[in-house]
Amino acid sequence: MTNLQSLEFFIPEIILVITILACLITDLFLKKSKTDLIGWILGIGLVIVGLSVYNLSSVPPTTLFLDMIVIDPFSSYMKIIIIISTLLIIVASWANNELSKYRKGEYFTLIGIMVVGLFLMTSSIDIIMLYVSIEVVSIMSFVLAGYLKLNTRSNEAGLKYVIYGAFSSGVMLFGLSLVFGLTGSTNYFVIQEAISSIDSSANPALIMALLMIFAGFGYKISSVPFHFWTPDVYEGAPTTITAYLSVAPKAAGFAMIIRFFHQVFSDSIALSGNAMGYTDLPWPEIIGILAVVTMTLGNLVAIQQESIKRMLAYSSIAHAGYMMLALPVLSIDAVESIMIYLFVYIFMNLGAFFIVIIVKNKTGGETFDEYDGLGWKMPIVGALMTLFMLSLTGLPPTAGFVGKLYIFKTLVGAGNDFLWLVVAGGINSVISLYYYFHVVKVMFLSGKRSDKLSYPPSLMLGLIIFTAVPSLVLGLYWNPLANWVKESLVFYSQGM
Amino acid sequence: MNSLDSYLFISSMLFCLGLFGVITRRNAIAVLMGVELILNAANINFVAFSKFNGMNLDGHIFALLVIVLAAAEAAVALAIIINIYNNMNTVNIDDVSELKR
Repeated sequence: MTNLQSLEFFIPEIILVITILACLITDLFLKKSKTDLIGWILGIGLVIVGLSVYNLSSVPPTTLFLDMIVIDPFSSYMKIIIIISTLLIIVASWANNELSKYRKGEYFTLIGIMVVGLFLMTSSIDIIMLYVSIEVVSIMSFVLAGYLKLNTRSNEAGLKYVIYGAFSSGVMLFGLSLVFGLTGSTNYFVIQEAISSIDSSANPALIMALLMIFAGFGYKISSVPFHFWTPDVYEGAPTTITAYLSVAPKAAGFAMIIRFFHQVFSDSIALSGNAMGYTDLPWPEIIGILAVVTMTLGNLVAIQQESIKRMLAYSSIAHAGYMMLALPVLSIDAVESIMIYLFVYIFMNLGAFFIVIIVKNKTGGETFDEYDGLGWKMPIVGALMTLFMLSLTGLPPTAGFVGKLYIFKTLVGAGNDFLWLVVAGGINSVISLYYYFHVVKVMFLSGKRSDKLSYPPSLMLGLIIFTAVPSLVLGLYWNPLANWVKESLVFYSQGM
Repeated sequence: MNSLDSYLFISSMLFCLGLFGVITRRNAIAVLMGVELILNAANINFVAFSKFNGMNLDGHIFALLVIVLAAAEAAVALAIIINIYNNMNTVNIDDVSELKR
């Protein structure tokens, strides 16, 4: 579609950009104590964006801006996931005491710009757009991770993020340049045709380039061996940003990987069977091994942590590993299971991070000591934290169980080649049970009982209840979600 | 310098030098310089491929966009490094290690 015709389908992003400009300009006229208002502007803007994304989710899949991005139900689904998590983070940012010393105008504006980048990541089908959108998201997250200017830990998080981020996107860019040279185009579909006609076993440059591109993807979803930034950045950044980085860029990163592997490595007809056959590199095995190493490392290191925030950082690495388990199969079922997992993961993970914020606001710390006897002092918080931990472990009847169920079902259905992944995933779930239940044990079995009960402020209470309801309900009744995901499983492909 | 090979040779040299700089340097600004070398190696690739292989301008446009993004990234990175210098009086990455390893 030409540029002018595309504008009609680009309305969500246009509204978002207008909202961002409104945030920037309004911020000029506000006193420091009033900057929470910017969050309202961005929130209302995002709700409108969400409605227009929903409105566009039923249009037939098509490419926009001369084959730069696509609009299809898959990208609309991912955009809605991103909007939900951003809205929750905006509300949590109002109540996060770490930020109260600083102006929040730029903070909300940067989150808004990040959402534009995430939207483009979910829908790009051109390596130029792919790189630009990744960089937009990365640069905004560097600033946000180091947002607490006077806090040396936050400074350090920003520095480490900027070095790892710039380095891995540089390596990815070099890989992209080699792919461009080998195929002569920046468009996924042309690249796919060219790759399928290259004799890939005789072409080490192609294999090298694809490995380099995977470095950029792996950094975005924090998979081993590109995960080194994750624990430090997650620990030092403001807790709301940590929570945001652990869900939204990860969702967009998986969308990007699925689209890249689907469009570039499979023929454009459909996702069927094992589609990654075009290069002689054993992709399913490589990604399978990376997935197993990622979750094992995440789980084993999480056991040793003393800070709950850092433990959740490692647990988010482990969850990236669970989602990667389905990638080697790359059938329609695998994509479905990743989409379901991402949706339930938002709620359980954000809920756990919101409780970290509540405890930090109250006690000023985030280690296990602060959680001693929490279940008796703040019963609601203790009970909901138990629910989130159950859900993150993946025990029934919680939403996390449904996510894992779909992933394992895909792997079992894909045949004997993938059974070792099921075994590894099962063992890892047992390991994760240990450290998630360590939190529950500290909350309920140690510390002094006190008769003085306290409750979190109503805003945070509302937020944790809002995230707890889907974490429980989706575990008992997930048909609507599964149906929605099935409807969204439509990719743009050239044959249409 | 009329063949693609010589350009590719220079760009891979630049890439390796950048990689070497990122891995060995302990000064944050030197590390950033290494990253810039990597980005520029990719830029040379894009422009060279565009000149010798395809006749379209995609490669040139990509290179221009990379220059813009590298500038934005450098601005953010230098701001973070200045902030670290103000708070900790050092730009050595090994000294900035308050977070547990």
